[in-house]
Amino acid sequence: MELLLDSLFNGVAIGSVLLVAALGLAIVFGLMGVINLAHGELMMLGAYTTYVTQLIFKLPILKPFYNSYIIVSIFLAFIVSGVVGILLEKTIIRKLYGSPLETLLATWGVSLILQQFVRSVPLAYGTGLVISLLIGLFLPTTFPSKIKESINFKYFKFSSWIFAALTGVLTGSVISSSVSKLSRASARNVDVTAPSWMRGQVEIIGTAFPKTRLMIIVITLISVIAITLFLNQSAWGMRIRAVTQNRRMSDCLGISTEKVDIITFGIGSGLAGVAGVAVSLLGSVGPNVGGNYIVGCFMVVVLGGVGNLLGTVLASFGIGIMTDLIGAGRLLSIWPDMPLPLSNAINFFATTSMARVMIFALIVIFLQFKPTGLFPQKGRMVEN
Amino acid sequence: MSFSKIKFDKKIVLSFWIILIALIIAAPTILPVFRLNLLGRYLSLSIVALGVDLIWGYTGLLSLGQGIFFALGGYCAAMYLQITSSSEFPNNIPEFFALYGVEKLPFFWEPFRSPVFTFFAIWIIPALVAGLIGFLVFRNRIKGVYFSILTQASLLVFFNFFNGQQKLINGTNGLKTDVTQLFGQMVGSESMQRLFFWVTATLVIASWFFAKWVVKGRFGNILIGIRDDEPRVRFTGYNPVIFKTIIFSIAGGLAGISGALYTVQSGIVSPQFMTVPFSIEMVIWVAVGGRGTLLGAILGAVFINYAKSLVSEALPASWMFIQGGLFILVVTALPEGVLGWLQGDGPRNLLQRFGLKRKIETYPSLEINKKEGNNE
Repeated sequence: MELLLDSLFNGVAIGSVLLVAALGLAIVFGLMGVINLAHGELMMLGAYTTYVTQLIFKLPILKPFYNSYIIVSIFLAFIVSGVVGILLEKTIIRKLYGSPLETLLATWGVSLILQQFVRSVPLAYGTGLVISLLIGLFLPTTFPSKIKESINFKYFKFSSWIFAALTGVLTGSVISSSVSKLSRASARNVDVTAPSWMRGQVEIIGTAFPKTRLMIIVITLISVIAITLFLNQSAWGMRIRAVTQNRRMSDCLGISTEKVDIITFGIGSGLAGVAGVAVSLLGSVGPNVGGNYIVGCFMVVVLGGVGNLLGTVLASFGIGIMTDLIGAGRLLSIWPDMPLPLSNAINFFATTSMARVMIFALIVIFLQFKPTGLFPQKGRMVEN
Repeated sequence: MSFSKIKFDKKIVLSFWIILIALIIAAPTILPVFRLNLLGRYLSLSIVALGVDLIWGYTGLLSLGQGIFFALGGYCAAMYLQITSSSEFPNNIPEFFALYGVEKLPFFWEPFRSPVFTFFAIWIIPALVAGLIGFLVFRNRIKGVYFSILTQASLLVFFNFFNGQQKLINGTNGLKTDVTQLFGQMVGSESMQRLFFWVTATLVIASWFFAKWVVKGRFGNILIGIRDDEPRVRFTGYNPVIFKTIIFSIAGGLAGISGALYTVQSGIVSPQFMTVPFSIEMVIWVAVGGRGTLLGAILGAVFINYAKSLVSEALPASWMFIQGGLFILVVTALPEGVLGWLQGDGPRNLLQRFGLKRKIETYPSLEINKKEGNNE
């Protein structure tokens, strides 16, 4: 019983990391048909945001609030990745709707640039750049409509970008002079240390669970609930669903599909940032951290069925539990005296990398029987 | 896109070939050994790029898993070289086995004692694996991005497998070939490298003719049909699964040959050949060169890799930026690639923009021909 509970918990923990990482991807892929290979790098940005927040909270002014930095960083990571995602949508992806293979290649290029950016630009100035992007993209939208409609709006826009750039440079240099660790570019991995209240373990029914894992499960749970509520209850959620179902009709009915695209992509990217916070709690953070998750995330989306959140949830927990069962060789400890050839086979796959081999092979076999995933989209159209 | 391909005089084509062959023969004396070796490697990469062009440029299948077949070919060649040069080691098996306490050769190494088997294995094994993966995927009408994702997942399966199995194939360390013997000479020696360069150059030309032959005629037309409108091809009575499987295994076989040539020239084959970035890079060579133009794939592979080595020598950090920019640029601004742009309307549009050429309002064939007709 204890063993089973332990295994289930481990599986759910692995699955919830996968889920929070795949959630944003599922939204962007399912609702917009965009293959975002830079999703892993948006996660990486979220993880680095956690690191930067942690260091800033160590400054004397913010020291009393240090313990809450992880909560703050969840919101910050959402904003940082979301802003980068919106920029990505506005500059590149917008031109490529309807051709997923092209988005795949372009976002791969973006992911390379983001990786190298983190390596060769000091994090302080990276933070400054994100802040100026944030101001430059959002300040013009807050202007009263009178200004927006005037002929001189482009000058207002231009000056707000100048203001944004100045603020960015200023914050960058302030951060770099006050936190020495952020003032130099480094390709080395960094570590996020959990605040004291998140260290240690909790005991539930006689089994000890690490608190960081529980925290990740909580983050995942909140993200899933929030996104479900947003999509099903809010006005913008309804518009997003409408555009997903029939883009041209929604356009005719007065829904701004352009805005819907930006919001969808921004939320998807922001969720990647939240996933980055979760990932930063698990191990050290480096420029390549996103690459470890991206293929797993796509597997979750494909297995769950495109455009279906319930499928995504089930698929990620399924993959998580299977990974734990196979990778830790748990079947052997549940059933100790199984026949020799079977136990040899299980031992053969009982490492992390071999478990991955097995899982992916199982998924490919599964797709032989259900090519469109667990919950396929209904319809009778000829493909394309 | 216009289909006006520039037609050359036969004499020009002939002299071009003569110059090319002369250059290939003379290259080892002109270039220093280091550069020659690099050029040989990049030429071998252009064979895998030809395969990518066949499946992506002509058939519309974007495979992100060509690294599997590339590495399989490399492993086949390396296993043969290792096993034929293992007579001085204990138990007559390659040296690395001793590190893991393996005394008996794993069964699948045995056939690689034979050079004939290896010669065929280098391209048949990758082709078979590609055919199997392709058939399973295509049979279910999995296509488009799902195909890309699945090939990427298969790539990770193979990577993790080869990476984790020290006792079978030396795991993450890979198999070294440069200190092994072939025809009584060290594979890494200068004379052997020169030989490999010639073999590679010949095979590049041979595969180019082969690929041209494949895309010519009805078979090629069906491939293009699948790319442009697969349901219609199916409704016309053809079975796209068969054609897709065949072309995918052809590309796999080409990748295998390419991998074997690359391995003997770089001196090692390792699971690094099966990493995700490397397989996506293959796509960008074709994209920059021009998908659907076979020559573009070859030129793209050679020039991008050459640029990569030059830039990485001068400014190591900037290559990633350049490469990332290339991906974005080629997708947004130059979807036909450089050669496709040159063959299409690109140059004329550019000249028109600067007012150097008269604007054509309707179809070029109508206006230009009419004008010529009037002159006569």
